[in-house]
Amino acid sequence: MSIRSSFWPLFGVFMIAAIAAPLTISSVFWMDFLTLTLFLAVLGQGWNILGGYGGQFSFGHAVFFGTGAYLQVILQAKLGFNPWAAIPFAIFGGIVIGAFTGFLSFRYGLRGSYFALITLAFAEAFRVLATSAEAITDGGQGIYITLNQDPSRALATLQFGAGNGYYFCAVVMTVMSLLVAYWIENSRFGAQLIAIREDEDAAEAIGVNAFKVKMQAICLSGAITAFGGVFYAQKFLLMDPNIAYGPVKSVEMLVMPIIGGMGTIFGPLVGSFFLHSLGEVSKEAAHALVGDRPGLDLIVYGIALVLILALLPNGLVGLMRKLLRREASRA
Amino acid sequence: MLEAKGITKRFGGLVAVNQADLTVSHGEIVALIGPNGAGKTTCFAMLSGFLKPDQGSINFDGGDITGLKPHAICARGMVRTFQIVKPFAHLTVRENIAVGAHAHIADRQAALEQASSIAERVGMTKLLDQQAASLTVAGRKRLELARALATGPKLLLLDEVMAGLNASEISSIVENIKAIRDSGVTILLIEHVMQAVMSLSDRAYVLNNGEMIAEGSPAEIAANPAVIEAYLGHGAAARIAAGGAHA
Amino acid sequence: MYDPSIIAASIINGLMTGSVYSLVALGLTLIYGVLHIINFAHGSLLMLCMYGVWFLYAQAGIDPYLALPLVAAGAYCLGYGLQRSVIGKTSHGRDEIILLVTLGVSIIIENIALFVFTANERVVQVPYDIDGIDLGITFLVIPQIAAFVASLAITAALWLFIARTDIGKAIRAVAKERQGARLVGVNVEHIFAVSFGIGTACLGAAACLLAPTFPISPQIGYIFVLIAFTVVVLGGMGSFVGALIGGLIIGVTESLGGLFFGESLGKLGISLIFILILLFRPTGLFGQRT
Repeated sequence: MSIRSSFWPLFGVFMIAAIAAPLTISSVFWMDFLTLTLFLAVLGQGWNILGGYGGQFSFGHAVFFGTGAYLQVILQAKLGFNPWAAIPFAIFGGIVIGAFTGFLSFRYGLRGSYFALITLAFAEAFRVLATSAEAITDGGQGIYITLNQDPSRALATLQFGAGNGYYFCAVVMTVMSLLVAYWIENSRFGAQLIAIREDEDAAEAIGVNAFKVKMQAICLSGAITAFGGVFYAQKFLLMDPNIAYGPVKSVEMLVMPIIGGMGTIFGPLVGSFFLHSLGEVSKEAAHALVGDRPGLDLIVYGIALVLILALLPNGLVGLMRKLLRREASRA
Repeated sequence: MLEAKGITKRFGGLVAVNQADLTVSHGEIVALIGPNGAGKTTCFAMLSGFLKPDQGSINFDGGDITGLKPHAICARGMVRTFQIVKPFAHLTVRENIAVGAHAHIADRQAALEQASSIAERVGMTKLLDQQAASLTVAGRKRLELARALATGPKLLLLDEVMAGLNASEISSIVENIKAIRDSGVTILLIEHVMQAVMSLSDRAYVLNNGEMIAEGSPAEIAANPAVIEAYLGHGAAARIAAGGAHA
Repeated sequence: MYDPSIIAASIINGLMTGSVYSLVALGLTLIYGVLHIINFAHGSLLMLCMYGVWFLYAQAGIDPYLALPLVAAGAYCLGYGLQRSVIGKTSHGRDEIILLVTLGVSIIIENIALFVFTANERVVQVPYDIDGIDLGITFLVIPQIAAFVASLAITAALWLFIARTDIGKAIRAVAKERQGARLVGVNVEHIFAVSFGIGTACLGAAACLLAPTFPISPQIGYIFVLIAFTVVVLGGMGSFVGALIGGLIIGVTESLGGLFFGESLGKLGISLIFILILLFRPTGLFGQRT
C-alpha cells in the first residue's frame, strides 16, 4: 500500500522535471526526443489499460491509434474542420472502434492468445480498408493536413512548428494519462478490471460483470490511444495506412508498457524513456557503423522485450519496487 | 429461499446431473454430499450461473434465476466459492476481499474498510497486507470465503471449503461458518469431510451418478441404505445390516 | 459476368499457392500441437529462410529447388536452437508470455533482415520460370507446379514420419500427454526442440518453393504470419489435415478474392475469414478442443 501512496510524490517529480526541461534544454533535438518519448508513453498507457490492468493483450492496438489519427486528418483535409473541433470526433472514433472490436471479441469469449490474434486481424483488416477506400483516405499515398506557416495561427491550427508547443501538448496528454491510471488503481472500476485479469471466473462469481467492465476498458483504452493518434496527426501532418494500422505502432505500443511494467501507473512512461533512449543510442551506433540503415533500434526493442519477459516479468518498475522493498526491510 | 426443480445437465452423451430437486430455506445450513464424480460441483455451477441447465428451473428469493449470469446472481444475493481456490494472486488479501465488497459498495475507501472488517470476521486481520499468492492452502480457503462474504450474500454456496485442511484448521473454519450462519446468511455446502457435515448441517442431500438418492437430517442420511451403497459399494448396506463389523 | 474458365483458372492458381500455404501452416500447427505455443515468429522465420534461399542463389548460384534439402536442414537447426536456448528458457510456461516472447523473436528477426538486407525487394529469378504447362484455361509455370507437387510430397512424408517412426511416436506422445511422456523416459525438452525444428524446416522447404515466384523483403514476414494463422485457425490448431485443407481453401479464397474484388480488397478476405473463424468456430474445421 505504501507504493500506492507514492504516486503524488512521483507525480510531483515528473511535473517539476517536465516544467524544468524546456527551461534548461536548448537543443531542439533533445526537446523533440522528450516530446516523442511522452507521446509514446501516452500510447503505451492506452495499451496498458487494456493489457496491463485488464490482462487482455492486444497485438493490434494500432487499430485505435490509426482511427484517431485518420479522423483527425480526414476531417481537416477533406471536410475543412477546425483541428480543435476534430479532436472529439477522433476520440469518439477510438471509442467506437473499441466498442466494435471489444463487443465481437468479448461476446464470443475470446481470451489470451486468441484475443491477441483477433486484434491483429482487425488491425490488418483496417489497414487494407484504408488502402482501398481511396475516396476517403487517399489510399496508399497518404493524406495530408495543410501546413500552416503563420506562427500567429499556431494555436488555432494546432500546429506549432519549431518551439515547444508540441512538447507542452505532450506533457498535458501524459499528465492526463497518468491521472487516468491513478484513477484506475483507486476506483471500483479498476479493482474489478484487475480482478478480471487475475481470474475472470472468480471475479464473475463475486459480482463483477466481466463483459461490461472489459467493454469499458477497451473503450477507454481506445479513446486514449486515439487521442495519441490526434497528436501524431498534428505533429507530422500526414497519415497513411501503414503508419496508421501497420505493425510498427502496434509493437511499439505494447513493448513500452511491458518493459516499463505492465499494470503500473508509471510503467509506460519508464518503458518509453528506456526504450526510446536505447533506440536513439542504437540509431547513432548504426549510423556510425553502417550509415543510414533502419532496423537496429527495433532489433534492440525486440531483444529488450525478450530479456525483460525472461528475467523481469514485472518490468523496470517491478525491479525498482523490489529494490526499494529490500532497502526498506533492511532499514 | 432457493428452489431447484428438475435441473439436468448433459455433456455430450454423459448426463452429469439428472432431474435434481433441491430446496434451501432461510437460515439453514444444508449439505450436498456424494461420492466423487457424482455431479455436485456441476449442480453448484448451474445454481450459480456458470452452467446453463439443459432442463429444469432455479428459483431464488422469489425470482427465477435459471440461466442468469454469475454476476447477476451474485447481485441478487447468492455467491459461490470454488473447489480449486481462485485467489487474485497479485493482489493483497485486503484488495482481494475489497473486490467482493465492491459488489454493493461503489466507493473505493469504503470497500477497503469493509474488506478489513470482513477479514476480522474470518480471522485474517494479520494477513490483510500479504499478497494472496503467498498464503497457505488454509489461508486461501479462508480468503475465498471472505471474498464471497464481502458481497453481502443471503445465500452462500461453499464448494469443498475444507478440502486440504488439517483437523485444527477444519474446526476453526467450522466455527467461522457457524458464526456466518448466525449473522443471517444461509449456507449450502458441498463437503467430503463427514464430521463437519454431521456437526454443521441441518439437512443433507445425497447425489450419486447425477441422481438425488436421499434427503434428510444427517442421522437419517447416515442410516440410509442407498447412501451406504453409494459410498461403499453394491451390497454393502445388506452386509452391514447382517452384522458385519466392517463399515 | 465472369467466364467460368477464368474462375476455374483462378481456382487452380489458388490451389497452387494454397499448397505452399499448407506447408507453412503445417509447421505452425505442429509447433502448436506439440508445444501448445502460438509461434509468432513463424512468418519472420519464413522470411529469413527466403533470404537464405536468395543468398545461396545470388552468391553461389544454387538453384532453389536443389537447395531445398540444405535450406530445410539449416532451418531445422535454427528452429531447434531457437526453442532450446531462447523460447524454452524464457517462457515460464504462461500462455501469453510465450506469445510475447515469440513476438519479440519475430521483431528481432525482421529487423535484423531490415538492417542487413535493407527494405529493397530481392528476387530469385530462375531461368525456367516462364516455361510450364498449358492447361487451356490457364498456363501453369514450372515454379507453381513444382511448389504444388513438392508441398504435397513433403506433407505426406511428414505425416509418415510422425506416424511411423520412433521419434514420431515420441512427438505424438508429448503432444498428447506431456507429463506421461516424461514419466516413460521421453526427453520432453528435446522433443519440443525437435518439433520446433521440424516446423521451421517446413518453412525452409516452403521458402525454396516460394522464392521463384515471390519477391523477398523484410515485411513479408508479417504478411505470412497472418496467412499462416488464418490457415491454422481455419483448419484447426494441431490438425495436419486441417493445415492441408485450410491452406488450399485460403489459397483459393485469396485468388478468387483478388479476381472479384481487386488486389487490395481481396486481401481483406483473409483477415475477415480469420476474424469470423475466431468468433464462430475457434476450434476450426478439424481441430480438437484445447
